[in-house]
Formats: sequence, C-alpha cells, structure tokens
Amino acid sequence: MGTKRHFRVWRGDSAGGDIEDFDVEVNEGEVVLDIIHRLQATQTPDLACRWNCKAGKCGSCSMEINGKPRLGCMTRMSTFEEDETVTITPLRTFPVIRDLVTDVSFNYDKARETPAFAPPPGVAPGDYRMQQVDVERSQEFRKCIECFLCQNTCHVVRDHEENKAAFSGPRYFIRAAELDMHPLDDRTDRKEYAQSHQGMGLCNITKCCTEVCPEHIKITDNAIIPMKERVVDRRYDPLVWLGRKIFRRDQLDGDGENMAPSSSVGVTDVAKGAPFTTNRGPEGPEVREDGRMDVTEVTLPTQGGPSPFGDQQFPLPSGRVAYQPPAPQYGVHDDGQDGDHGTDGHHQGH
Amino acid sequence: MTTTATKPGVGPSGPHNPRAAITAKTLRTDRWWLAPLITFVGLGAWVTYATVRVFMHDYYFVEAYHYLTPFYSPCLTDRCVEGSALFGTPLPSWWILPEAAFTLPFLLLFRLTCYYYRKAYYRAFWLSPPACAVPDGHAKYTGETRFPLIFQNAHRYAFYAAMVISLINTYDAIIAFRSGDSFGFGLGNIILVGNVVMLWLYTLSCHSCRHIAGGRLKHFSKHPVRYRIWTFVSKLNVRHMQLAWITLGTLALTDFYIMALELGWFSDLRFVG
Ligand code: SF4
Ligand code: SF4
Ligand code: FES
Ligand code: FES
Repeated sequence: MGTKRHFRVWRGDSAGGDIEDFDVEVNEGEVVLDIIHRLQATQTPDLACRWNCKAGKCGSCSMEINGKPRLGCMTRMSTFEEDETVTITPLRTFPVIRDLVTDVSFNYDKARETPAFAPPPGVAPGDYRMQQVDVERSQEFRKCIECFLCQNTCHVVRDHEENKAAFSGPRYFIRAAELDMHPLDDRTDRKEYAQSHQGMGLCNITKCCTEVCPEHIKITDNAIIPMKERVVDRRYDPLVWLGRKIFRRDQLDGDGENMAPSSSVGVTDVAKGAPFTTNRGPEGPEVREDGRMDVTEVTLPTQGGPSPFGDQQFPLPSGRVAYQPPAPQYGVHDDGQDGDHGTDGHHQGH
Repeated sequence: MTTTATKPGVGPSGPHNPRAAITAKTLRTDRWWLAPLITFVGLGAWVTYATVRVFMHDYYFVEAYHYLTPFYSPCLTDRCVEGSALFGTPLPSWWILPEAAFTLPFLLLFRLTCYYYRKAYYRAFWLSPPACAVPDGHAKYTGETRFPLIFQNAHRYAFYAAMVISLINTYDAIIAFRSGDSFGFGLGNIILVGNVVMLWLYTLSCHSCRHIAGGRLKHFSKHPVRYRIWTFVSKLNVRHMQLAWITLGTLALTDFYIMALELGWFSDLRFVG
C-alpha cells in the first residue's frame, strides 16, 4: 500500500484556470505520470494530459513539475520527499488547450521553416556512404525526441512572447547544426540561415535548454556554440581570412564565399510576413445540439473519435498548404575541397 | 450514449490562444537562486580583488627569486623595478595605467567574451534569466543581436591574444627558477607553474579553440590529425567551467602569495637555493 501525498495540478483552458489541490495515493516505483493517471481514474476523469510511451521516448508528456520543465513519465516520485507537495502545471511558453495539454504548433511552424536535408547531387539514394567519425556529431542531435522542453524553457520566447516570430529555438538550432555538420548535406548556407533567419543571435548561451533536455543532448556546447563559431568564420575572423588569402584555400568549407544565399525567406506564411499565430482556423468537428461532440463512429466519416481540431480530408487541398519547400541551393564546389562527398571510389566493387 | 469532452474554449483574447493562467512567477521549489548567488559573490569578489591589486602598483615582484605576479606581466611602465621588466618600460607611470597595460585589456576581453563567463554573468548579474524557468529580469530582450553584445562574437580575437599572453606567463614561470644568479626552487615556483598549467588548460579548453582545432571541418575523416586535436580539446572543453573557476583561484593565489612575500607576511619555502 502506498502513502497519500499532496498534489497541486493546474486545471483550466485558454479562458483561464487555477491550481487545484488533490491528495493521491503514491506507490513505490511510480512516476508523476502514474499519479496523473490515478487522478484520472479516481478523482478527475476529465483531467487532460498527453502521453504515449511512458518510456521517455515519445516526448508527449512534457509538463512542469515543481516549476521545472520535465517529462512526467521520467520523473520518479522517489525524487521527492514524502511530505513534499508536488505542483504540476502545463508548459508555460505555448498556448494552453486544456489542463496539462498545450498547443505546440509553434514548433511545427519552425520545423517547416528549417530547410530539409539537401541530397548530394549525383549520388543515388542507396548509394550514400559515410564514415562514422563524420556523422558522429550529427547523430547526437538525432536523439531528440521532440519533447519541446528546451523550446519551452528558453527564456527568449518563454519570457518574451514577441520574439516568437524571429526565434526558432534550440530544437531547431540543433537541427541546423546536425545538417551543417552532416557529411552528405549539400547546403552551404546553414550557418547564415541560423544567424539571419532562425534568430540564433537572440540566444545568450545561458544553457537552460541543455539543462532540461531529457536526452542529455549538449545543445549549447555541441550545437549552438559551434554554429555561432561557424558564423564568426564567415563574418568576423581576420586570421581565417588571411590564411585563405595566403594559402589560397578558398575551398575550405565553412568560409563560403561560394555560399548560396539562403532561399528560405518567404517560404512560409510567417516568413512571408503573415502574423505569427498558433491558432487554427475554424475547422472544428460537427457538434450536436447540446454543443458536445459525438463519439459514435457510425455517424462520423472516419473511424475513431473526432479530433477537437477537425478532421483532415485527403488529399490535402493544394491551396491550404502553408509551406512550399524551397529549392535546395547546392554549393558550388571546387576540386578537392573538403565539401566533396567522397562519392567517387565507392562504386568500384559494387 | 455517452459524450466526450467539450471543445476547448476559445479564449477571451480572440484568435491568439493565451498561455495557461498561472500567477506564480516561478513554481520552482529548489534553491535555484543559490548558483547565481555564488557566481555573483565569487565573480564580484575576484574582480574587486584584482582591481585593487592592479592599481596598487606595488608588491608585484620578488626580486630575490624572480617571482612576477601574472597581474603585472609583462611589466611595461617606468615604475617597474629592475628585473621585472622583460620587454623594457615604454610606458609612463600614471596611476591609471596598469603595469601590464598591453595584456590586461585583452585578458579582460578574453574572459568577458568567454562563452562560460557570458552564461555566468548573464545569469548572475544581468538576471537574463537568473535560472531556468525563472522569469527574465527584463521586459525587453534582444540577446546578442546588436550593439554592444554583438561584439561577443569577437571572442576569437581575444583567444588568439590569450595564447600569446599564456606564452609570456609560461616564460615568467620558467625564469623564476632562480635564486640570485643560480638555480633556485621554492614553493613560489610550484604555485607559478601550477597557475600557468591551469591557464593553458583553460585557454585550450576554449570553445573557439575547439572550433579552430577541428570543429569547423565537415569531414573529420579527411583530417585525422585535426580530428585527434579536436577530440583532445573537446575533452578539455567539457571542463571549461571548472577551469574558468580554477584559474580565477590560481591567479588570485599566485598574486596573493607574491604580494605576501613582498610585504614580508611570511617567507618563501625554499627547496633549492
Ligand atoms: S542556451 Fe540559448 S537556446 Fe538554449 S535556452 Fe539559453 S538562450 Fe535559449
Ligand atoms: S533537444 Fe532535447 S529538450 Fe529539445 S526537443 Fe529534443 S529532446 Fe526535447
Ligand atoms: S509518455 Fe512518452 S515521453 Fe513521457
Ligand atoms: S575562453 Fe571560455 S569559451 Fe573561450
């Protein structure tokens, strides 16, 4: 038998809300998400909370526990004192939908703005070859589970809503770094992009993103600072400039006089200057006369319960897609430069 | 037939859904203020000590053993005593002019633009933010996008300067193995050498150094030597914060030891000479 412990949980929606008190049973080995589930089972059947894997791998259960952004499923109850009150609130930085569920579309907008991997020209998919030492750095960033705890903690947007349009956030800085360091990515303008269009200059490297990342990605040390240094290469370093002149190594990667201009401005609604919004259009599902949604599948066009945001019909109507992917700007590579992809050679013997 | 939840309400503020209405500025219950407080006190105390010492214009050189404090190296003003001025004395002795007038500004710049110290003073002095998930102390925020903070990007110049200065400090530590005109070795030497070793480790663990050493490459496999250097620097780099504090400690200790010897508070423990 477990003990009764005191919990405070924020309840409400975008119209307002408050922290409510609960006494809940806690058993050995449980995590905070278990307590939420017990609350749902015993006291508050309508408490809203997102979760999926309960293994720290899906990134759904982000919440703030005693003021700290954490994964509910990875926060053990044994880390609190027996008589400690545990306060659970939704992520602060994003608009709240209900209770512990927030609307994280901000991050999806930013993800769409970030240029995707640019395949090396002339190498067919399936023929990509990389050496482990070359992809190692990028691999660290692939551990990201998109919990958006870093995005939520970063004071640039957490405390300054007005920066949201200009700032992509740490999760997308690691994405830019991942691709900039990727041995096969063909774009050469990612550092410029990070500085000019992702708002990396707003980051003051205070490392809160690193502190909260459940995957222990060294976001600041291994992505943001290296990217800042790469920007310095481009813009401010006299010795690199001199070395390039003396040794005629114009082909060194990262000092891109041959850099293609970022084409990524104006490809999304936000970048085009449309006001930033995380609000979705009026696409709610049909409601019954009493203003409630129907759960029966019989009357619905799709299986399963209706989404509170309306159901998407496929194929998507072309006019409604906000994002048109930019045409990749391939780097103009000289012979023997570091940026060549080592694609000759490995065809032999295949 | 049952029904599910109602649709999420549309907030009173119109199309922009508001954030959750939580009145507390932070709900953190741990002692989040402790780390910035320690940083504030530590950095504040060190800067005060260093400023006082630099403008004391005295007690910086132990002539008998050739101990020169790093705060006065290289000694360049007319005030510098015989033996301490390795590069001559091109500068006049104004009280406002530190003895090491050519190096201290660069060292200051190096530490001010250091990625670790930036984090430390942005948090502890500027409160932007004081700790994670604790609100920023300022209503407006532009980060490092404009004057003056955009000059943080100059850290790399300061790093190059710091490498040169570390060489000078190394030389100071080596020529201090003297007692009069013959070889000499005392506790002061251990302190001087220890300080220089730590300064080198701090300087080499710099993020700019890590980048220059190899971080800027896209293909490590094509640069095996630089990859190894990068790996070495990366190992130091994870200790950069610790080294930043250790060097503050060793610098102050070295300076204090030499000042105390000059003031005669105690005498050097000599092993040879
Ligand atoms: S280090 Fe930069 S990106 Fe990360 S939380 Fe701090 S300001 Fe935001
Ligand atoms: S970088 Fe870390 S904190 Fe940020 S979204 Fe990915 S896993 Fe979460
Ligand atoms: S439920 Fe998947 S990360 Fe917590
Ligand atoms: S000295 Fe700290 S990062 Fe360069």
